[in-house]
Amino acid sequence: MAKGKIRSKLRSSLYTFSCTSTPNKAAEAEELQGSVYSRLVYCNEPHQLSYNSNSTSTTKYNIVTFIPIALFEQFNRVANVYFLIAAILSVTPYGPYDPFSAIAPLAFVVGLSMVKELIEDWQRFLQDWKVNMRPAQVYTGHGIFESRPWKKIMVGDIVKVEKDKFFPADLLLLSSNYDDGICYVETMNLDGETNLKVKRALEITMDLDEDNSFREFKATIKCEAPNPSLYTFEGELEYNKKTYSLDPIQILLRDSKLRNTSYVYGVVIFTGHDTKVMQNSTKSPSKRSRVEKQMDQIIYILFSLLVIISIMSSVGFAYLTKFDMPDWWYLHAPDDKNLYNPQKPYLSGLYHLITALILYGYLIPISLYVSIEIVKVLQASFINRDMHMYHEDTDTPALARTSNLNEELGQVDTILSDKTGTLTCNQMDFLKCSIAGISYGQRPSEVELAAVKKMSMDFDAEDHDFSSAVSGFEEEGNAETEGTSNNQDHGRQIKGFSFEDKRLTGACWWKLPKPEIHYIFFRILAVCHTAIPEENEEGDGYDYEAESPDEGAFLVAAKEFGFEFCKRTQGSIFVREADPSSEEPVEREFKILNILDFTSKRKRMSAIVRDEKGEIFLFCKGADAIIFDRLSEDGRTFEKATKKHLSDYGEAGLRTLVFAYKKLEEADYNEWNNEFQNAKNSDSSNKDEMLEDLSDKIEKELNLVGASAVEDKLQQGVPQCIDSLAQAGLKIWVLTGDKMETAINIGFSCSLLREEMQQICISIKDEQEHDAEQDIKSDISKQIMSGTQKMKQEEDPHAAYALIIDGKALNFALDDELKHQFLHLAVSCASVICCRVSPKQKALVVRLVKEGTGKTTLAIGDGANDVGMIQEADIGIGISGVEGMQAVMSSDFAIAQFRYLERLLVVHGHWFYKRIAQMICYFFYKNIAFGLTLFYYEICTAFSGNAVYDDWYMILYNVAATSLPVMTLGVLEQDVSAEVCLEFPALYQQGPKNLFFGWYRIIGWICNGVYTSFIIFFFNILTLYTEAYRVEGQTPDMSIMGATMFTCIVCAVNTQIALSLSHFTRIQHIFIWGSIVVWFLFLIIYGAAVPETSTGSYQIFLETLAPSPLFWITILLVVIACNLPYFMHISFQRSFSPMDHHIIQEIKYYRKDVTDRHMWRREKRKGRHEAKIGFSARVDAKIRHLKGRIQKRGAVMAGQEML
Amino acid sequence: MPASEGSPDSSSSSRKSSKKPKYSRFSQQELPAYKPILTPQWVITVFVFIGIVFIPVGLASLSAANQVEEISERYDDKCGPQTNNTCERKITVKKKMKNPIYVYYQLDKFYQNHRRYVKSRNDLQLRQTSRGREQAGCDPISNTANPIVPCGLIAWSLFNDTYKFSVKDKDINVDKKDIAWKSDKDYKFGSQVYPKNFQKGEGGIGGGKLNESLPLSEQEDLIVWMRTAALPTFRKLYGKITVDLEVNDVVTVKIQNNYNTYKYGGQKLLVLSTTSWMGGKNHFLGRAYLTLGAISLFIAGCFIVLYIIKPRPLGDPAYLSWNRYPGGGI
Repeated sequence: MAKGKIRSKLRSSLYTFSCTSTPNKAAEAEELQGSVYSRLVYCNEPHQLSYNSNSTSTTKYNIVTFIPIALFEQFNRVANVYFLIAAILSVTPYGPYDPFSAIAPLAFVVGLSMVKELIEDWQRFLQDWKVNMRPAQVYTGHGIFESRPWKKIMVGDIVKVEKDKFFPADLLLLSSNYDDGICYVETMNLDGETNLKVKRALEITMDLDEDNSFREFKATIKCEAPNPSLYTFEGELEYNKKTYSLDPIQILLRDSKLRNTSYVYGVVIFTGHDTKVMQNSTKSPSKRSRVEKQMDQIIYILFSLLVIISIMSSVGFAYLTKFDMPDWWYLHAPDDKNLYNPQKPYLSGLYHLITALILYGYLIPISLYVSIEIVKVLQASFINRDMHMYHEDTDTPALARTSNLNEELGQVDTILSDKTGTLTCNQMDFLKCSIAGISYGQRPSEVELAAVKKMSMDFDAEDHDFSSAVSGFEEEGNAETEGTSNNQDHGRQIKGFSFEDKRLTGACWWKLPKPEIHYIFFRILAVCHTAIPEENEEGDGYDYEAESPDEGAFLVAAKEFGFEFCKRTQGSIFVREADPSSEEPVEREFKILNILDFTSKRKRMSAIVRDEKGEIFLFCKGADAIIFDRLSEDGRTFEKATKKHLSDYGEAGLRTLVFAYKKLEEADYNEWNNEFQNAKNSDSSNKDEMLEDLSDKIEKELNLVGASAVEDKLQQGVPQCIDSLAQAGLKIWVLTGDKMETAINIGFSCSLLREEMQQICISIKDEQEHDAEQDIKSDISKQIMSGTQKMKQEEDPHAAYALIIDGKALNFALDDELKHQFLHLAVSCASVICCRVSPKQKALVVRLVKEGTGKTTLAIGDGANDVGMIQEADIGIGISGVEGMQAVMSSDFAIAQFRYLERLLVVHGHWFYKRIAQMICYFFYKNIAFGLTLFYYEICTAFSGNAVYDDWYMILYNVAATSLPVMTLGVLEQDVSAEVCLEFPALYQQGPKNLFFGWYRIIGWICNGVYTSFIIFFFNILTLYTEAYRVEGQTPDMSIMGATMFTCIVCAVNTQIALSLSHFTRIQHIFIWGSIVVWFLFLIIYGAAVPETSTGSYQIFLETLAPSPLFWITILLVVIACNLPYFMHISFQRSFSPMDHHIIQEIKYYRKDVTDRHMWRREKRKGRHEAKIGFSARVDAKIRHLKGRIQKRGAVMAGQEML
Repeated sequence: MPASEGSPDSSSSSRKSSKKPKYSRFSQQELPAYKPILTPQWVITVFVFIGIVFIPVGLASLSAANQVEEISERYDDKCGPQTNNTCERKITVKKKMKNPIYVYYQLDKFYQNHRRYVKSRNDLQLRQTSRGREQAGCDPISNTANPIVPCGLIAWSLFNDTYKFSVKDKDINVDKKDIAWKSDKDYKFGSQVYPKNFQKGEGGIGGGKLNESLPLSEQEDLIVWMRTAALPTFRKLYGKITVDLEVNDVVTVKIQNNYNTYKYGGQKLLVLSTTSWMGGKNHFLGRAYLTLGAISLFIAGCFIVLYIIKPRPLGDPAYLSWNRYPGGGI
């Protein structure tokens, strides 16, 4: 089951991606030694060789290993080891107190943590079990396929996979329902790419396309050993005594999905943990928050303190034992255990050291870990139960999967986000188009909407003289906003089509000027593509299976415009066209003569078709720059207008394509076609180049038709969320498997990029691809250097740079030699977009940022391809409520929508960070305050290891007297309300800057603890010295001193926590004042027990303490004296150098936000962190631009006046 | 300070689904809360309040301490360095001492709080006759064969100097009743438990012996001694003098010097003291209260001055970090 991973001692050490290959147990191994292939698969003979089974496991423990490993992990915590040793030693005579008081808390703490681990692992096990039990069709012989759970599939099995099912293992594709043996595969879970990929079976196996064809099927596959590379595969198939080489194109990977194909047959090659996707997966590392790591350091400090004072008292003890004790006849030394032996002072000293180490253990707060764990579980339940993070549509609440990282949420510096499924919905919407120089489509994009909203809000607060200057801009915006809101109410929602313009949708485009151009535009939409129509379930229309969602959007748009693509045959496309002359649509056939494919290099696609009239057209769509270069002189009529529209669309965050056409003469075409066919059939090595040249030749002299603008639909609220996060000072990187163009487009629509931003693109040029690695590396180094150079020379403070890097280039940039240069460049850019990155690269980028900057990283993603980065980042967040669960299963927190990230970080994270930071500081404070009094008293007892307090007081201290108030602090404290957190994202920076858990603050609290211990001890000693304790003349004894001192401590530390809170609900009051009351109650109850139990504390409160005015006066004095410095500190700090949250608390308290709305709004705007990304930055840039223009105009006018 | 309420319920949708978190003020972290603000008014009020409360308390404590008359006389040096002798000391009364006058003996460098010493007792055998054989914890002064009552180092080292007082050759009676805490007499030391095998050779002879015919509950010297002191310098009540001592009275004390402090060089003092409602003559509390009160008033003054020089209107947005440091940074 589990590959019982023992967590390495170095917690931060990295897990490795490269997996060592499993040793091949095959008997035939020797046979293979000569060849490069180390794996042998006998098709249809699954029992021949034993390989890993197909069951997978992601659990950390199994039944046997749970106890040892979980215990081991628990005692990886230094403090726990210490308490374990202390517990063991407390059984011996050296223990200063009852063994029970040492063992019970430890058992409780460790037990609780282990139960938590067990529950978490059980959930993982259930998830695995669900996957392992998924059914698959496996060939059992005699032409029968049988349903079997995934885990029972063996290497060599023939499986049949049906449409929309996941592949259970890595398969070799044998055949599909298509004659040519192709099938479509969605690899979303592997690499996040959403377009379908085509896989093709070997010709030789294509005929095996029936259940019955496998009766006699026998073949042997030799292939590479299991490895994590998703895009490579090497191997050969031996079938009918012939050998065929295998490519990645025949391999179907586990966790990808069969689409658009009824069924396929395949042979299992890799199973279970050998599959590529599992090889890519990494064991979920255990993460610890920064605060917790720092807490460890404090614990080390306290340990040192503990050891130092223990040694001090042991030395003192040994000295006194040797020289003074022989004279202390009343001690009757030596004893028989050598604990007090003046003849052997060193031995006695050594024993005493043990006693001291245990006694001063109160310096180390044992309950800290368990309190923090309880607090964090409660905090996590706040996340789980937050109604503002519940997604109605998918019925998914937010989920904190681990509670270890709560406070880390408040310290995030860089967010690394996946694109598809996280930022975008993976749905394209046809939004606007420009035909014949006229722009259509009134619905604004989400970016425009968000920007306009922001702008109109800002202008209210902006100085009035300026606002008039830009009012035009604003009105335009407002008009647009209103327009939209109306449209949204009335418009019917068609997936992929958000176009809103009566001129085109009313099927009356032929009344517009230049109807012929419009006609061609629509035809290009309907004809120039590679999609397949599929009748939908209702039977009233078609769904389109397109390679990319853009194409789908075009086809939907074409349909809406009256050009419904309805059938594709081998050589033709059938389109139902609306006809101006008749009501009924006419079905027209277009013969597809040639398709010139889209490649990332060509950046265009063309279809050469013959219409029903026999005329031949070349329809072309492509990137603007490419098409504009290929226009004929006559075809440039609308160039200027179109270019303007394109730039508008780009600014609106839309992705654009330009459409062009050309009419071909029969003869010219035939001549070209002959050449083309020849080239296609030729075997020459430069076939690709020849084809490209030929394509180039015909895609020339085009006539411009127009352009389309498609919105890669962002998930709800994404731009706003990014904007707020940017204002909170967070850096956002996008890591996507998509191509560069798509990524840049999304950059625009999320406002991560904007027009005036300088883009630094780093990529490998196509012609370089075959160059030596060293050359490429040096070229990339050069690109990085020049980018850095450019930024250094920049003078404009508002200039922003964006870094866009391609996956292949990233490979080199992540190299040890270059990565620091790269990181340096990347962190100084306002936004970073990495495209075409593999899952592994995503993780490497995260690691680079994490280790390079030393700051907290957060990775968010939705698919299996994001698992690596989710695990690598300090905090991993999975998008839940979608199909795949891998991302969620490996994440630390799961939210349903990207937009909830804002609340998760800015509200919950902010609070959690402050709560935990304050809580830990307070914990150390209270334990130092208590622990040191033990030490001072030690000195008074000749270092003998005697405590002035009763054992029970000491147990009670951490359990009942002081721990509950601090837990309410950890659970309920709020410096400002949730709304204010959201309104002032800048407050979030208190976390990443670590204002509340910096050493300054920690030392401050430690000093406060030392001071408190001093005051408590010496004030008590001096008050209860030798004189009579009360009017009846009795003098104070040890139990009176102990009880008084302890009461002082309980009152002082509880008053202290009341002072450090700023948010009192009833619960805080109950716990804080209740703790003090409980202490007094305890004293009464304990005092009422028989004298053998209560010993010195018998009736102490009622008889001795309470009637004595001295007792009460002492407590008042000590409590005030202990808290006076802190009170002074907070009052002077607030009055003379307040922090932001202080002022906002005051504004809220005096309701200034209601009475002075203008100020409140102005501050909200100013409070934003100086962000260079987000649409607010975009708006700011626009305002700067306008201001600049006004100034210029002013200057010109002034100049004229001078003249 | 008025309590500001958290915002009440948020919109709950009509559609009820299984996973939707249920609204509660607690889970949404919207519990009504009191959010006090530490305004300058509050700061000044608090400090001034501490000042005006602490100074009178301090004065009262000091005057109480001053009312107490205390005479202490070291005698170990004069009566030593041998034990088991008698010596006489004369003490002159400086101020009138009203009865009751408490008589204490004071030891120093005596570690009654030593771990070995403190643990060496058995509370069970002191209280219950039936548990008279209990010796647990009494090591090394224990004997299971002939159980010792009271066992342990504490009892074994019982202080045994005695004092006899006389003024102008007239003996003054020292009342040794009710010098122990009542609960000790009534509950901790049994009225049916009698000393047994005490100071009979086990570990040699330590301190004082006990009258074997008196039950433990009446051996008040033992009961006082068994309440171990917290510090190595301590006083324990010896008895009460129930007559007044006038100014310039010379009190003659006949000391039976038995207790061995010479071995470890500790002092022995005889202390006569009256008490007040605060107990003995201890000036510390009064001084501490006065000092703290003065400090508070001083801080209040400083705060007021600073506040006049550098006033900050509450909730003034000019103090927000982005307004103070436009370049960024909080």
